[in-house]
Amino acid sequence: MSETKNILIVGVGGQGTILASRILSVVLQKIGLDVKVSEIHGMAQRGGSVVTQVRYGQEVASPIIPEGQADIILAFEKLEALRWLPYLKENGTILINDQRIDPMPIIIGTAVYPDALAIVRNQRENAIIVDALKIAQNAGNSKAVNVVLLGFLSRHLNIQQNLWLEAIGETVPAKFLEANLKAFAAAMS
Amino acid sequence: MRKLLTGNEAIARGAWEAGVVVCTAYPGTPSTEITENAAKYIEMYAEWSPNEKVALEVGLGASIGGGRALVAMKHVGVNVAADPLFTLAYTGINAGLVLVSADDPGMHSSQNEQDNRHFGRAAKIPVLEPSNSQEAKDFTKLAFELSENFDTPVMLRITTRVAHSQSLVELWPRQEVPLKKYEKNTQKYVMMPAFARSRHIVVESRLEKLKEYAETTSLNRIEWNHTKIGVITNGVTYQYVKEILPDASILKLGMTFPLPRKLITDFSKKVDMLYVIEELEPFIEEHIRSWGIETHGKDLFPVAGELLPGIIAEKMGALPHPRNVLSPAADTLTNIPLRPPVMCPGCPHRGLFYILNKLKVTVTGDIGCYTLGAQIPLNAMDTTICMGASIGTAIGMEKARGKEFARNLVAVIGDSTFIHSGITGLIDVVYNKATTTTIILDNRTTAMTGHQDNPVTGFTVKGVATKEINLLLLAKAVGVERVVEIDPFDLNKLEQVIKEELAAEEPSVIITKRKCALIEKNKQTTPCIVSEEVCTGCLRCMKLGCPCIIKKNKKVRIDTAQCVGCSLCVNVCTNAAIRKVGGTNV
Ligand code: SF4
Ligand code: SF4
Repeated sequence: MSETKNILIVGVGGQGTILASRILSVVLQKIGLDVKVSEIHGMAQRGGSVVTQVRYGQEVASPIIPEGQADIILAFEKLEALRWLPYLKENGTILINDQRIDPMPIIIGTAVYPDALAIVRNQRENAIIVDALKIAQNAGNSKAVNVVLLGFLSRHLNIQQNLWLEAIGETVPAKFLEANLKAFAAAMS
Repeated sequence: MRKLLTGNEAIARGAWEAGVVVCTAYPGTPSTEITENAAKYIEMYAEWSPNEKVALEVGLGASIGGGRALVAMKHVGVNVAADPLFTLAYTGINAGLVLVSADDPGMHSSQNEQDNRHFGRAAKIPVLEPSNSQEAKDFTKLAFELSENFDTPVMLRITTRVAHSQSLVELWPRQEVPLKKYEKNTQKYVMMPAFARSRHIVVESRLEKLKEYAETTSLNRIEWNHTKIGVITNGVTYQYVKEILPDASILKLGMTFPLPRKLITDFSKKVDMLYVIEELEPFIEEHIRSWGIETHGKDLFPVAGELLPGIIAEKMGALPHPRNVLSPAADTLTNIPLRPPVMCPGCPHRGLFYILNKLKVTVTGDIGCYTLGAQIPLNAMDTTICMGASIGTAIGMEKARGKEFARNLVAVIGDSTFIHSGITGLIDVVYNKATTTTIILDNRTTAMTGHQDNPVTGFTVKGVATKEINLLLLAKAVGVERVVEIDPFDLNKLEQVIKEELAAEEPSVIITKRKCALIEKNKQTTPCIVSEEVCTGCLRCMKLGCPCIIKKNKKVRIDTAQCVGCSLCVNVCTNAAIRKVGGTNV
């Protein structure tokens, strides 16, 4: 039995993490594996911290990733990368979007935004930082940050590219499809 | 065919496959998507009821009328529906009736974390607990059979992790179930004392039969392994246990009320060490202990909060893999600023709470997005208890402290919450001569749970146009003479109106009417910007708590990517430093 793989997708409500995890789970289903996805809704649209847990393998029991067990963390925002870092495995990979979104305590000045990237790097030399917004803008769609990040994630998963493209096609509304495929391709090149 | 479904989608599918004809609910996280999905099947009638009590009453009407009914709500909704539930347990059903209670351990989006298995026990009805989406569907179907075989409503209890986790589910076609014959039967369905007494006897004998059923049903099963450790568990916790303790023997209870005493006793005898691992209350554990069986349970595991896999692994001394070791600098990981949810940019509620904060009034609050008005920097809420409580709470404060206190006191409540159970509070204001000022925040939707329609929106859950309830006329109809409707973005007028209505020594209702910013999300908007030269750094605009307004070098800046140009900050800035992009300073 192949081991269960764990991917944690974290970010801020409204950043499009949910669409990203939906595409990912479609891809994983396509390769015929057991998949479990757990996300917490409710306050998600109100700019709170959001997390989706994706687990796959021959047979997956729990939908929840225990601390220290994530193979990959895909962070849409720097502070969230820091918050969820303890979930990363010893030799896990963390991909961080170089974007800062200030939460209310920082906006009103009762807390300061830490140097998140430095702290993460201090813990994990191999942290990968990407400017997904820039790549999305260059690809002509600043809203496709989530698909750009998914493109980066796909580089770390050994899954055929055509399955990703199919999954995006099945998940994204037709009128945004071309822009999204372009954004995905931009992350791959 | 197998499909990845959330537990909620699977329950809707299960109802459809089971030939259900009526689905009712009041939205509430984590149960909302059950009915949203049920509404997509043309064969099933679905409705958002005004509240959970009505939802259950409609469901029981359908059942007595001969059609299978699914009724869904969040855990606290069952408190509202408890009245019909306890007596429905006496009458029993005609066609199957299943009540889904979606509990929220960890309170991801709730005001408490009550364990509704207690309701099953108190009402003496069976409680089923699925552990993943496949079981959510299977148990839903089985619950209908159980309901009809034992003539009882059945509770399907899920938790947030079951409701909102996706896993693969085998799909089946719908099985049409013909309507059961409707026959008048007053002794069964008219619960006046004489008839109810005989029904109580029926309830007790039914419970005995259910206990026998619990011993043999496939809902409860033993997975034998090493007998050193035996674990009794339920719901999603079973999935955690399976992964953390692969060598343990497990008694998985899919039916947690009534419990199979013999099965549990036998299991306990065959294992060296017995553990009950259950989230929230020691429900199973207390039953077992009352039978004189020794077990570990809440001596190890917390009653409060979500019972996450990490806690189980730690307490069982069985961390699945060595825990992540972070370098000494790890303490920088403990003081990470929190990211609480905030009202959206352009939220219609923001201006109101800004004014309430400015006026320094006491605010009795309610359940909805506007509960966020309690947080910094708005700080404009004193109480939030349950759906509809704001108005009654304000009346009580006035009756205890006198009319003078009410001159500085408002009750705030959303449109959907007002219909749910605020209207009765308002009737109390009028009837018992309180002088409460009630503010109904009418954003034309049930926003908090994900924008469901409700009786004021003019649409049903199926998206069909319907009569729209007029809140203004409704408030007048119950006898409130001072009723005003106002745009909450008109801050000056809003402040003036609130002051006037507070001063008035009679009941008044202010309806702040403006659409939720997320419904308007796709509208083209022009953001606002701050002129750095003009901004004096007074930070008055920061009191709005808009996430787009950010402090920068003692002045402020607006995040134009997020700003929807609602212009609240333009109105609040007394230095005219903020303007629409492209516009000029005024
Ligand atoms: S969803 Fe609507 S009502 Fe809720 S905070 Fe956002 S704008 Fe306000
Ligand atoms: S920055 Fe001003 S205009 Fe923009 S959303 Fe916030 S309050 Fe409204």
